[in-house]
Amino acid sequence: MTDSKYFTTTKKGEIFELKAELNSDKKEKKKEAVKKVIASMTVGKDVSALFPDVVNCMQTDNLELKKLVYLYLMNYAKSQPDMAIMAVNTFVKDCEDPNPLIRALAVRTMGCIRVDKITEYLCEPLRKCLKDEDPYVRKTAAVCVAKLHDINAQLVEDQGFLDTLKDLISDSNPMVVANAVAALSEIAESHPSSNLLDLNPQSINKLLTALNECTEWGQIFILDCLANYMPKDDREAQSICERVTPRLSHANSAVVLSAVKVLMKFMEMLSKDLDYYGTLLKKLAPPLVTLLSAEPELQYVALRNINLIVQKRPEILKHEMKVFFVKYNDPIYVKLEKLDIMIRLASQANIAQVLAELKEYATEVDVDFVRKAVRAIGRCAIKVEQSAERCVSTLLDLIQTKVNYVVQEAIVVIKDIFRKYPNKYESVIATLCENLDSLDEPEARAAMIWIVGEYAERIDNADELLESFLEGFHDESTQVQLQLLTAIVKLFLKKPTETQELVQQVLSLATQDSDNPDLRDRGYIYWRLLSTDPVAAKEVVLAEKPLISEETDLIEPTLLDELICYIGTLASVYHKPPSAFVEGSRGVVHKSLPPRTGSSESAESPDTAPSGGPAADQPSVIPTQGDLLGDLLNLDLGPPVSGPPMATSTVQMGAVDLLGDSLMGGSGGSFTPAPSTTAPTNVGAPLGSGLGDLFDLTGGVGTLSGSYVAPKTVWLPAMKAKGLEISGTFSRQVGSISMDLVLTNKALQVMSDFAIQFNRNSFGLAPAAPLQVHAPLAPNQSVEISLPLNTVGSVMKMEPLNNLQVAVKNNIDVFYFSTLYPLHILFVEDGKMERQMFLATWKDMPNENETQFQIKDCSLNADAVSSKLQGSNIFTIAKRNVEGQDMLYQSLKLTNGIWVLAELRIQPSNPSFTLSLKCRAPEVSQYIYQAYETILKN
Amino acid sequence: MIHSLFLINASGDIFLEKHWKSVVSRSVCDYFFEAQERASEAENVPPVIPTPHHYLLSIYRHKIFFVAVIQSEVPPLFVIEFLHRVVDTFQDYFGVCSEVIIKDNVVVVYEVLEEMLDNGFPLATESNILKELIKPPTILRTVVNTITGSTNVGDQLPTGQLSVVPWRRTGVKYTNNEAYFDVIEEIDAIIDKSGSTITAEIQGVIDACVKLTGMPDLTLSFMNPRLLDDVSFHPCVRFKRWESERILSFIPPDGNFRLLSYHVSAQNLVAIPVYVKHNISFRDSSSLGRFEITVGPKQTMGKTVEGVMVTSQMPKSVLNMTLMPSQGTHVFDPVTKLLSWDVGKINPQKLPSLKGSVSLQAGTSKPDENPTINLQFKIQQLAISGLKVNRLDMYGEKYKPFKGIKYMTKAGKFQVRT
Repeated sequence: MTDSKYFTTTKKGEIFELKAELNSDKKEKKKEAVKKVIASMTVGKDVSALFPDVVNCMQTDNLELKKLVYLYLMNYAKSQPDMAIMAVNTFVKDCEDPNPLIRALAVRTMGCIRVDKITEYLCEPLRKCLKDEDPYVRKTAAVCVAKLHDINAQLVEDQGFLDTLKDLISDSNPMVVANAVAALSEIAESHPSSNLLDLNPQSINKLLTALNECTEWGQIFILDCLANYMPKDDREAQSICERVTPRLSHANSAVVLSAVKVLMKFMEMLSKDLDYYGTLLKKLAPPLVTLLSAEPELQYVALRNINLIVQKRPEILKHEMKVFFVKYNDPIYVKLEKLDIMIRLASQANIAQVLAELKEYATEVDVDFVRKAVRAIGRCAIKVEQSAERCVSTLLDLIQTKVNYVVQEAIVVIKDIFRKYPNKYESVIATLCENLDSLDEPEARAAMIWIVGEYAERIDNADELLESFLEGFHDESTQVQLQLLTAIVKLFLKKPTETQELVQQVLSLATQDSDNPDLRDRGYIYWRLLSTDPVAAKEVVLAEKPLISEETDLIEPTLLDELICYIGTLASVYHKPPSAFVEGSRGVVHKSLPPRTGSSESAESPDTAPSGGPAADQPSVIPTQGDLLGDLLNLDLGPPVSGPPMATSTVQMGAVDLLGDSLMGGSGGSFTPAPSTTAPTNVGAPLGSGLGDLFDLTGGVGTLSGSYVAPKTVWLPAMKAKGLEISGTFSRQVGSISMDLVLTNKALQVMSDFAIQFNRNSFGLAPAAPLQVHAPLAPNQSVEISLPLNTVGSVMKMEPLNNLQVAVKNNIDVFYFSTLYPLHILFVEDGKMERQMFLATWKDMPNENETQFQIKDCSLNADAVSSKLQGSNIFTIAKRNVEGQDMLYQSLKLTNGIWVLAELRIQPSNPSFTLSLKCRAPEVSQYIYQAYETILKN
Repeated sequence: MIHSLFLINASGDIFLEKHWKSVVSRSVCDYFFEAQERASEAENVPPVIPTPHHYLLSIYRHKIFFVAVIQSEVPPLFVIEFLHRVVDTFQDYFGVCSEVIIKDNVVVVYEVLEEMLDNGFPLATESNILKELIKPPTILRTVVNTITGSTNVGDQLPTGQLSVVPWRRTGVKYTNNEAYFDVIEEIDAIIDKSGSTITAEIQGVIDACVKLTGMPDLTLSFMNPRLLDDVSFHPCVRFKRWESERILSFIPPDGNFRLLSYHVSAQNLVAIPVYVKHNISFRDSSSLGRFEITVGPKQTMGKTVEGVMVTSQMPKSVLNMTLMPSQGTHVFDPVTKLLSWDVGKINPQKLPSLKGSVSLQAGTSKPDENPTINLQFKIQQLAISGLKVNRLDMYGEKYKPFKGIKYMTKAGKFQVRT
């Protein structure tokens, strides 16, 4: 007597037979038939043809039959909307039923029927059910609002259901509260801007009370909702923490992790001096450890989160290293995560244990895991300096095993160790060289070649070794070819006499016989360098390399802080903010950790402070990427921003290409053709307003000094750009405009592959050369760059007129900001008008085009004003003295050919000047006035 | 929230699908199948798989993949915990959870799933409540239903659904009132080559079977509650009293439930009750190797170690093993290379051992990896952490219940490296 009988078919055709049975008079037979239909439906068979027959069975007193029909309806109503209308009446009737179970069932099912026509009929019954006396019905109705919102959001808002839902947060029954919170959270997800969950201390109190009494799932909803609240001070934060802490002992791991999220976030506000802070830290460790004894799937999610927690607050789990030791029958995804955390927790105190474990893992069966374990040994060496020697000897032991992939992986990491601790462990090179023949993976070969090239002077037969690689040059991968080229050039520079032939051979292989442009370019550059100036070549190729950073694998702090707010969610599993991958999240609200309120702490952790709006007069970071996107995408800058940020790193801009590959090898990284930071005259002039230059030769003394340059201001704060801070200003010197930038890397990882693009703007400003940053930017380093600009880019009127939207790309992501440029950088050098011409033009222009401004508090005399303005290409054509006032008549011309005429009235006793501007395009006048003011006051 | 659920068997057939919102085409499972193909074993399929429009979260239990489909940001642990609850419910309803039994009871399964989630939000996941809503199938009930025409769907609102004690239904009646508690501790440990302990921890649980009339209010106290500093409670436990008095006070659910689980990780508290002496060597020159292991008791507090079972995954190059056990039976599967030795009880006077030779594939080099030995055992009447229940009291009801406490220690993931 099992349900499998429902699957037996007869020859006549199942559907036909079921139809007959559904229309049978016998109740029992009808029910059996519906069961058969449901059974077919569950296995994915199409039984939609039976819709009218099944719906006919709906009006029944039999609860089981009713439920079955409802199940069927939910599945097929969408495909048969007209038929589904037939069911409406029964729903409305059932919502009035005295049995709350039936009322709830009806309201539940109604919401699952995703047919527009039906939703209208739903509103009245739903409104009643939201105010039902029975909490079971109310809580079901709360969820129904979310369902309805999914089908027709406008309807829900119009009907005022959202307000009713908000009222339910104060319901007396905790289950109703939990469901209302869940429903609101789901609705809020698709409406990030709306203030649906506007929490205040009163509602927080309600939620915390409900938290203790509702089901485990309700607790998750409430905790996730609490995590979005921003307590007003540390006292409130502490009291919430105190009430949330008991949840850490819940049997449901999702509750535990949500509680951890709330605590991690609010802890940020507590002063570290508080006793409570220490208590809380201690309380966090045991539940996290317990999560690791759960099922492997839960462990995996827990481990991904612990990875974040360990980076944010290493002190929590610093004594728990052992629980992350790998068991041989852990699933591979758990093993790899545990390994990662082991390295993060590795310190001088426990390194011996960790190394012993890692060595053990390196003899396991799973190749992926073994490789990662070997890599981990290398990472330990780089992280814990005292252990480096022990790590190297462990790696040597592993090389002795002669297991092919272990050897290769070990060589790759030893190369990194060499870069971190140069001139320390070179004694092992001999052992490495013995294994040369067994290397068949490009990465290992490239690493070995790098080592040989780097230490060519200590390896007697370096030339032979490299020559042996050269034989199969064309079959090697690009990575190996590039490395080989560099290594042989290094060798040549170190031992020029014996290796001339070799270097010629490799240069010709690279330049003549290769069709890889990167390789060819690098070959040519070396060739030219060697042939023109061998001394310079030596300086460039054998330059000291920057040490590799030990923390390259850390998530950079701003992202980490954001991810901490997403503990327990998918974002925490992927270690990416939800905006990077959640579909349909329209402009996700970025979460940030609350600032610490304890005054003693505020100075210590500036990076955790949320980014307050920048001061009003500073250039603002473009707040929403959404509307700008369309414009900026036209610029061919790179991949669409909506994609995962990882993708961007693969796109390289033309000029960056040349340098991209050499970063890994290290040798080529330090040379570039024609660095752009040389005097801007060379770079900008031919491309930029070259014409202006020619005319300018007669321009006079003022022009040589260049126009006024404002001090640099921060354009892009590090908070908004994953650690990249950009500040800058604009300048104009001898006819060329440049944008002077300072890029500062405030992240923990090295930045490279910089590129810049402007959005279309009012005067067609565009970079005249690509952004060139020679070496990758190491953490806490900054670089000054002068980017030449021209005005031949495409033009689009901006509001305000001098607004410039800029996109900067690096290996991490693309960032956008906007800034205002001073208009005087656009005043060209041939802006001096003939006196006659001036008079004629002044008269010719209608009076409406004249605008008057006051320049206050300026104590210069007429001559000083005149010479100061001339420095910025505002030329005085005539000076008159009328009734004790000095009148200056001036002209200037913008890059796009617009002439502006000015009359400046100066009274010797009055520090206020009157400026009258006349121009055919009067909308620029205001900005010209601003330029006047800036120039005169500085 | 949770959109859909697909159940997939080991051979890759989707044998059940349930949608709580709009229907998601089963083609979404193709991404799962891809991941499954990449993973060497079913256990290694990653639990979170992204697809262009959805996320697939899966668990693998009883040779069935339970794959949940979600579309928006949902806590993954929430989904995985829920899936575990589904498995537990099936097991509770049908005794076992297997493809056959699910197919046999497909309508009940469907009804249960429908009750468990509403629009992806959990509705009723406590099996007490579910059983009141949809009665589990029994042979007797099926017969009765066919005769009387009654159904197995309850038509009353389950009493627990909204009460302050949602886990307990009202009006419970028993003629014999009994409450049993099992303290079960599992030792997870890694022992290294030389026999020293690398990690050891105890995962303990207290499982209860409570069949008491009415609304009993129980308190359970321990001789040494200090041991329990890392605990997870059933929702019925009053946390405040535990915090202040270290006493478990609760109104128990009806029937079987897990009252608490705990974790003891302080190394010095974890005694290792057995040791393994091993001598396994593969020689390079000949195609023969030596194999010898002996199992003995260590810190057992005078109790007998029984149910001992030794398993070990041999390297691929091992062709066969010729072994002699001093007691018990052993099997070597030449296909999977798994050696298992069912030892039984350990007699401290005559330690069980397994000796013999290993034949290796000719011509291959010595295996790189050393086999790890997996150990299982049981010790009755002992909680290895030393946890002891002091007393159990009942308030709120007049009758005198029968009470019982049992202790047991087992091996969890107990591994010895060689």
